[in-house]
Amino acid sequence: MALHREREPRPASFWLLAIFFGLFLVFLYGPTLTIFVLSFQGPQGGLTFPMRGWSLHWFARLAEGLGVIDVWAALRRSLKLGLAVMGLTILVSVLAGLAFRKKLRGGDALFYLTIASLIMPSIIVSLGIGLQFRLIDTGVQRLLEALEWEWALEHFTTTMGLGTSALGAHLTWTLPFGLLIMFAVFNRFTPAYEEAARDLGATPWQAFRHVVLPLIGPSVVGVGLFGFTLSWDEIARSSQAIGDLNTLPLELQGLTTTVTTPAIYALGTLTTVVSLLAIGLTLLALAWLRRSRRLP
Amino acid sequence: MSHRAPPAWLQAAPLALTFAFFFVIPLALIAMVSLWDYNEYELIPAFTLRNYQDIFSGCSNTADWCVTLRTYASTLKFCVIVWAVTLVLGFTIAYFLAFHVRTPAMQTVLFLLCTIPFWTSNVIRMISWVPLLGRNGLINQTLQSLGLIEAPIEWLLFSDFSVVLAFVHLYTMFMIVPIFNSMMRIDRSLIEAARDSGASGWQTLWHVVIPLSRTGILIGSIFIITIVMGDFVTVGVMGGQQIASVGKVIQVQTSYLQFPIAAANAVILLAVVVLIIYALTRLVDIRKEL
Repeated sequence: MALHREREPRPASFWLLAIFFGLFLVFLYGPTLTIFVLSFQGPQGGLTFPMRGWSLHWFARLAEGLGVIDVWAALRRSLKLGLAVMGLTILVSVLAGLAFRKKLRGGDALFYLTIASLIMPSIIVSLGIGLQFRLIDTGVQRLLEALEWEWALEHFTTTMGLGTSALGAHLTWTLPFGLLIMFAVFNRFTPAYEEAARDLGATPWQAFRHVVLPLIGPSVVGVGLFGFTLSWDEIARSSQAIGDLNTLPLELQGLTTTVTTPAIYALGTLTTVVSLLAIGLTLLALAWLRRSRRLP
Repeated sequence: MSHRAPPAWLQAAPLALTFAFFFVIPLALIAMVSLWDYNEYELIPAFTLRNYQDIFSGCSNTADWCVTLRTYASTLKFCVIVWAVTLVLGFTIAYFLAFHVRTPAMQTVLFLLCTIPFWTSNVIRMISWVPLLGRNGLINQTLQSLGLIEAPIEWLLFSDFSVVLAFVHLYTMFMIVPIFNSMMRIDRSLIEAARDSGASGWQTLWHVVIPLSRTGILIGSIFIITIVMGDFVTVGVMGGQQIASVGKVIQVQTSYLQFPIAAANAVILLAVVVLIIYALTRLVDIRKEL
């Protein structure tokens, strides 16, 4: 059947749609390739074509930093936050995925809450978390005043930060994706292997560690990739909930109005390479998992 | 059995607690603070409707729309245009991938090709339009060297046009994925049955494929609408900080520490988004009953 269909002539609509699809890919990739090329301009180069020579000049300028902003500190902060978000997204999503396989009271409400978080306009979530931590700050100050801890009161600035409000803001964005992926995984999951393990006397933890986890492994890696890259590029949810130190995308957004040299393209090329590295490493990890577990 | 499995509620607790602390409480605080007073220095926890009144002050004048209504009109305009464009694009591409690409391997490859740009920074994808659309950009250079235009076209960048273009560039993926998903679930024998019954390609598309892709279209639409309604980054960067949007109003107000009025704006924005989504789900249900 399949072989026969391969030999059927393509209808005219196929070619029209194929051309349309090709044009869409040009539209998707064209601009990014443009700045990739332009970031290798010579020292005299500007923001547009024609290319004035080829060099790594703008990458060198980037390495020295861009104006008042410490790009490298921002990059490190984004990496740290991304990795923390990745770890927590994996942990919380897998646990919740397991919970939803059982009878879970209030499961429907929790599911709708997750969906609501996914489609909530980001500025609203961001504003809410920002407000929450401001009110917490006020509370902490009042408390310190009441306790008359002068030293702590003088040194207290804010509870907002990468590890608190920003981390939470990112999780409201990554966890819905993580949970939906876990749903997709467990929908296709055959409980027979798990039951076999249980019949052979495995504890729930052993059954999870040696049977379930290897089977869902590739998807867990996928959840991690989603967690990292969604956090790596996040602006809207961090914007009001970040505190004093910005992440790379937020700095980048500021740079769009102040930096008018190809150095900003070099930065663009660099962050794109980090994203592609994340995808590449994930695919490698998946290939490795497949080989070691002989998964289909 | 020596060990009991952990109870479900304990496994769900981290998720529930995260959403309770970082989603439910913040939303409740927005609603609460939107009814608070404020001065230049601090929030004053006293009930007032001043913020809502401020937002709609002058809106009763029908001849000249107030700032708030104009901002909503502008945001809604972007919403409708971007929705229409991404729907047509997303549907066409999903249709090609689902029904014209024959091998699953090729489908996966082409599908991945569409999603890879999604992994790179949005701001970078926005500024990557500058060398193409700018005053001395590639498009103007090309058109001028071909002698088609005398002076560079000014409206390509930092305009409504570039904002819509960037939205479509960034978010069409959110349409493609759910529609593609729905289409892959359509029983292929239904298409054959339609063809055997003498339906033309268009008839099959209109009476079989589109109704059965309904869920995907709806999910994609909700994504696009919530993104565009709340956006302030794309409108800011691609509009050259000149175009108003609801999200941007909220952002500007918080930068002046006017949290209560920003919160009131957020409540109104949320109400509008919920209304649109509600209307959409009604629309789809009605079509299902017909």
